[in-house]
Amino acid sequence: MNAATVTRKPYTPKEAIERLRHGDLGAWPVVGALIAIAVVFGSLNEHFLSPENLTNLALQMAATGTISLGIIMVLLLGEIDLSAGSVSGLCAVVMAILSVRQGWNPILAIVVALAAGALVGLLHGIMFTRLRMPSFVVTLAGLIGWQGLLLYLLGEGGIVNLPFDGFVAKLSDTWLPPWLAWFIVALLVLVSGGSSLINRRLRLAAELPVPPAWWTAVKIGGLTVVLAGAVLVMSADRGVPLLLVIFGTLVVAFDLVLRHTAFGRWMYAVGGNVEAARRAGISVTRIRVLAFVLSSTLAAFGGILSASRLSAVNQGSGGSDILLMAIAAAVIGGTSLFGGRGRTYAALLGILVIQSITNGMYLLSVDSSVRYMVTAAVLALAVAIDSLARRGSTP
Amino acid sequence: MISAKDVSKRYGAVQALQDVSLDLHPGEVVALVGDNGAGKSTLVKVIAGVVSPDSGGVAIDGEPAHIGDPHDAQRLGISTVYQDLALCENLDVVANLFLGSELRKGSVLSHIRMERSARDLLTSLDVRIRDIRVPVAMLSGGQRQSVAIARALIGEPRLVILDEPTAALGVEQTAQVLDLIRRLRERGLAVLLISHNLADVRAVSDRVVVLRLGRNAGEFRTADATQESIVAAITGAAA
Repeated sequence: MNAATVTRKPYTPKEAIERLRHGDLGAWPVVGALIAIAVVFGSLNEHFLSPENLTNLALQMAATGTISLGIIMVLLLGEIDLSAGSVSGLCAVVMAILSVRQGWNPILAIVVALAAGALVGLLHGIMFTRLRMPSFVVTLAGLIGWQGLLLYLLGEGGIVNLPFDGFVAKLSDTWLPPWLAWFIVALLVLVSGGSSLINRRLRLAAELPVPPAWWTAVKIGGLTVVLAGAVLVMSADRGVPLLLVIFGTLVVAFDLVLRHTAFGRWMYAVGGNVEAARRAGISVTRIRVLAFVLSSTLAAFGGILSASRLSAVNQGSGGSDILLMAIAAAVIGGTSLFGGRGRTYAALLGILVIQSITNGMYLLSVDSSVRYMVTAAVLALAVAIDSLARRGSTP
Repeated sequence: MISAKDVSKRYGAVQALQDVSLDLHPGEVVALVGDNGAGKSTLVKVIAGVVSPDSGGVAIDGEPAHIGDPHDAQRLGISTVYQDLALCENLDVVANLFLGSELRKGSVLSHIRMERSARDLLTSLDVRIRDIRVPVAMLSGGQRQSVAIARALIGEPRLVILDEPTAALGVEQTAQVLDLIRRLRERGLAVLLISHNLADVRAVSDRVVVLRLGRNAGEFRTADATQESIVAAITGAAA
């Protein structure tokens, strides 16, 4: 076995273009968009890139980002969940009523609210798989119905305030001390670097091709720079918000599950070709139901994070544009609407794009009418890229 | 030896198969030919466990085998490659080869073991794919067909059924797939090839079995048979 076959050669420019044409764009369009946003808003308003504003941005991302992560689970199957916003509001209300009005332990209330979300997802999944209703219709009914249940549960008052010093409200007002933030960064870099090295060793031992060493080094270096930069900026303000850590953990954990477990592999298989998955003996029904359960459970968690930010739930919880922002974030981040393509980092990157645009426009005191139109344009662009990539990939 | 014995199947008013028999020996490529509606697909579906026959059935080494569904067939060592390839275009070659039978520890995929065996398998079949970690969507038609056939070998089958494997391919890629079929024979597998293309059939098969209107209509050793005699058996032009 000579060196040429053991080292995976980087792609020549021609092959790289070929890959792009086949829809293998990866995260590059989003990263480009983020840089453009930073440059444009940064030059229009000196506060946009200030540590305080960037820390606010990190705090604002977590709730909708978590809902978006759930949306990705169903998008991977080529389905849609329109009920995520309502479910997030409903479960937040369940949590608030149990912990405030009934005086339950807040952690227990959160667990019950998450279970309620899972149950809602189970119901959606069963309606989709057993009754063969289109996911669009099932979750559209959910969008309206769960909103109705939320209003019913809230009753006359229409608002439940969470105590400011309670566990739930504290979630979004907890900041990591610098030493802990740096410790986590060091841990992440060590673990990812170490696992790359071990993986490289094992692959070489099995005589499998490995990427060139400099490429691995660049990737780990890049990760270090990004993480350290983020911690530096946020430490100059209040510190790294706990909410961001929770959201980041979810993104990483689900990415590992999707890429390294049989369940994750089957999610992509069902999203890519249902018939092939079925013939391969995969229980398509089970995968579909699980995806809806995950989507609603993550929506519930997002709703709880959102309630924590607001220190209250009201009739508008989970309403207005949260659902559309969550779906838009997933698609902008690079998840295909046609199923089978996308990673959980899409939730992180996509929500970062949307939230930066929203945040930047607030700073510039742009009217919300313009904000909606700009967000719509970004979403349309992302879907156009997705559609073109899909056309390029079908022979 | 895997054989179908006196298989009959009726769909409503149509007698799709009437007492059809077929023997498949290890290390032999048998071509199943016949006009449209001759019963080729139905016979294949019976052997693959997709359709259960009205009478008759499949025997393995002389013992009657119960094949109730495709899983039974797979467990008995019968592997089928359908015309529509049933690959996941978004997954890479390794993932497609092991789809549904992933190597894993607990629930965690063993990426390296799978990639290593995938490469060994493809190398032993002389299938050339530069990077087996790219999505199948980026492969040529011949490469995809090769992946689909290689995938049928993952469960160590005794019989591989190929349904029109060269139907959508160009000249060079057809040659690649025919080479692959010869290597299946060298591995000692029984191969059942369904094809409309008599040139392919004559190039690669050892024996030709002709069906006509749901009945056995002739059997030839490929080396001895002329194109005319096979065509005559297919069309029923001469006895």
